[in-house]
Amino acid sequence: MPSRTERSLFSDWWWTVDRLSLAGVFVLMIAGLVFLMGGGPPVAERLNLPPFHFVHRQMFWLSVAAIVLLATSFLSPRHIRRTALVIYVVFMALVIYALLFGVEVKGSRRWVILAGQNLQPSEFVKPAFVILAAWAFSEGTRRPEMPGTLFGVLLLPLTVIPLVLQPDIGQTMLLCVVWAGLFYLAGLHMFWVFGLGGAGVGGIVLAYFFFPHVTQRVNRFFDKGGSGGDTFQVDTAVESFVSGSWLGKGPGEGTIKRILPDSHTDFLFAVTGEEFGAIVCLALVALFAFIVFRSLWLARRNEDPFCRFAAAGLAILFGVQASINMSVNLHLIPPKGMTLPFISYGGSSLLSLALGVGFLISVTRRRPKAEIDARFSSPLREAAA
Amino acid sequence: MLPSAFVNLFRMRPDKSSGRLAVLGAGFVVIFSLIGGRIALLASAPQDAEPDTPRAATAAAAAFRPDIVDRNGELLATSIPSYSVFAEPRNILDKDEATELLTAVLPDLNASELRAKLNTKKGFVWVKRFITPREKAEVFHLGIPGVAFWPEHRRVYPNGVEAAHVLGATNLDGVGIAGIEKYIDAQGVGALASAGLGSTAEDLKPIQLSIDLRVQHILRDKLAWGLDHFKAKAAAGLVYDVTTGEVIALASLPDFDPNKPADALDPDHINRINVGVYEMGSTFKALTTAMALDSGKYGINSTFSTAGGVLRWGRQVIHEFHGTGRSLTIPEVFLHSSNIGSARMALGVGVEGHKAFLKKLGQLDRLRTELPESAAPIVPARWGEINTMTIAFGHGLAVAPLQAVEAVGALVNGGRLITPTFLRRTQDEALANAPQVIKPQTSEALRYVMRLNAVSGSARKAAVPGYFVGGKTGTAEKVINGRYVHNRLFTTFMAIAPADKPRYLFLTIMDEPKGLPETFGNAQAAWNSGDITGKVIEAVAPILLEPRFDPPANPFPTMAKLHAWGIDRQQTQ
Repeated sequence: MPSRTERSLFSDWWWTVDRLSLAGVFVLMIAGLVFLMGGGPPVAERLNLPPFHFVHRQMFWLSVAAIVLLATSFLSPRHIRRTALVIYVVFMALVIYALLFGVEVKGSRRWVILAGQNLQPSEFVKPAFVILAAWAFSEGTRRPEMPGTLFGVLLLPLTVIPLVLQPDIGQTMLLCVVWAGLFYLAGLHMFWVFGLGGAGVGGIVLAYFFFPHVTQRVNRFFDKGGSGGDTFQVDTAVESFVSGSWLGKGPGEGTIKRILPDSHTDFLFAVTGEEFGAIVCLALVALFAFIVFRSLWLARRNEDPFCRFAAAGLAILFGVQASINMSVNLHLIPPKGMTLPFISYGGSSLLSLALGVGFLISVTRRRPKAEIDARFSSPLREAAA
Repeated sequence: MLPSAFVNLFRMRPDKSSGRLAVLGAGFVVIFSLIGGRIALLASAPQDAEPDTPRAATAAAAAFRPDIVDRNGELLATSIPSYSVFAEPRNILDKDEATELLTAVLPDLNASELRAKLNTKKGFVWVKRFITPREKAEVFHLGIPGVAFWPEHRRVYPNGVEAAHVLGATNLDGVGIAGIEKYIDAQGVGALASAGLGSTAEDLKPIQLSIDLRVQHILRDKLAWGLDHFKAKAAAGLVYDVTTGEVIALASLPDFDPNKPADALDPDHINRINVGVYEMGSTFKALTTAMALDSGKYGINSTFSTAGGVLRWGRQVIHEFHGTGRSLTIPEVFLHSSNIGSARMALGVGVEGHKAFLKKLGQLDRLRTELPESAAPIVPARWGEINTMTIAFGHGLAVAPLQAVEAVGALVNGGRLITPTFLRRTQDEALANAPQVIKPQTSEALRYVMRLNAVSGSARKAAVPGYFVGGKTGTAEKVINGRYVHNRLFTTFMAIAPADKPRYLFLTIMDEPKGLPETFGNAQAAWNSGDITGKVIEAVAPILLEPRFDPPANPFPTMAKLHAWGIDRQQTQ
């Protein structure tokens, strides 16, 4: 452990970074690997791969992700913004490329092949989008003469329209939620909060009544164990939790995982429920909650508007993504393609999350107040005065 | 200038972000609590029972059924250990592959049905019941996870259609659904087995029936020939021991193979001896004759006028079939099957006496035997003199053939009314509960007139030499849409052997037999039912009875003493 007196890049990092959040994320990574040892082999066997194929690949991706995460966390807020901008531009281009030239998988064009790897560019857009939105809103508060807020508002359609076209409703929803959270945080008038909220609810109701596939999906969700063919994964997932009960059947002892098609990715949480039991699942929920609340708390403590918004936005991104995945597994909401952060298998998802959490760790670093005040004339307090 | 309130709508308030962060945090508290609560809820949900294995209790009860044997110990029904293939759809990974493999090994399975079954979310579905050991080995070697075997006992009826109506049938789960099989279940075998008693087949004593498999086969064989030969809609027959009430053989065609239990439920396959109710026609004249003699109002040589061949009663007209136009003694009435004579006999006894006599002989109540199948007789709601007159010659009262047999059995066996049974029983057991319904002397008179009828009446076709056969024909016109129809006949024939000391009663009934060139277009009972009964007696009597080469000396002593009409006609058979 570096001494506090010794000033180096690393010691600066070590003493300013939020080590508790970092520890939480690394515990998640290790736990995810352990859970994947249960959920991966059945799928690997089905694909005629070696049983631990997914575990080995996940280990590789985890090490890459750890490097990305740590490297990102060394960046200063200014570098973060620039990195995010570059990533946003590059990956939005790839999203549009995928939309135009990509391979259609399961009815949507989300994937591009880059250097022999399947890549889902929209995953990388997410953290970059959050940073850019936070940047725009914070600029809006810092310099009201600049149209920062307007940029922030325009950023949403710019990002989600290609996603809707893919179509990728899950990511769209996630980005909308995070964006709405940021807008709310940035001080949107309550009139608009209720107005937009009402519009959102109204939009969902209209979608239910006017888009047959939405109607179908919602109906299927409420039709428990009915004849609908699409509820198979969800019903099986619920069965996993019931069969695992409190203490689980034991690692590797799960049987229901064998008929869960996505037992290594979106439904790994259900496999965990069957093999490790509800207590471990609750601990996992607690770990996600800890990282989210810790980040929100750090965001609140931070007086730099950009860092506060970015930290809060990334925490919402992280927390909502985890919540959506777990809720789908538990049949609380209709199915959405969404990975469980650091737990589910998948390179794109892992790297994107590493990027996001790297940004998060970076923006929640303690910084000298003078450094903040040099840039901002403390707008957070000025307005209150 | 815009109003400040409007401008404020577009002002961002970053100073509020602290409080709003707390609101977002609260939102996450709610979300994570919901998730945690849902996990706890699912974890405390009751565990699904393991694959709902086929109702352990009934399976145990059904697994072991006693064997059923005939009166000589020949096997009629048994249970053999077998296996059934079942699947647990939720444990099958590739349902299409499983369907393909299973249908390849068990080619009689319907692939699309099987696929549909495997695609359910059930914990248990049958793939195929009762497979052969070879099929079992083949399925086993497929090694499909989620497909396994369930040991079961398959009910087997080695004789196929023989005695099908007596045996009844069991369903796939080994539960009796008809006949003696259902009777066995009602006896508490299932209850015993599920209580853990009699848990092996060896512990269960075989059920011994009164049926004689040899006689049964002959009876069915002759009936099948008759059904085909006379182009009848249905035919049924019975061989009955009048001294014990045991049913020696029962056949009702068309019949079914109890190995295919679904066939047992076809309405055309009913047991016509137990469940059909018919107007028995002239065979009922035996009852009328017995009633007249037993009442003491008439003697064997009492005469009845049949002048004109027509009896008018109000608007009703009774015709003679074999009209003589003169006064007839009781044996003559029987011999010529005189409707008018029988009607006059019944009128002499009176409506109340007639009713009481038929009631005493069990003709007005539902006859219940071991077989769960039974039917109540159809008794006229208002029973006036005209009813008595028609019932006297067998029209207007419909009874189950077995019921008529029970009564005629009592008329010839010395007067004891014995309830028919399908289980083996001794004469002592039978007589223990058998009321005396007519005088022994009346019984002798009945035997006499039946014998006389075989010597020089309508029962000659059944008079097989050596067995001293007696008999009575009966032809009833069928009621179609409420009217009697001349050319749709229901014919019956009852024979007893030997007539001096009857042991067996033979019954044949035919539904709508057709006239043939060799019967000169006649379709009356003597030509078809009588013919078949003769063939049955010819084949069966050597098994059941000792033939006598000399006629019995003085077979009807009382009749001889009374100089009954026709006593000198006894021939040497």
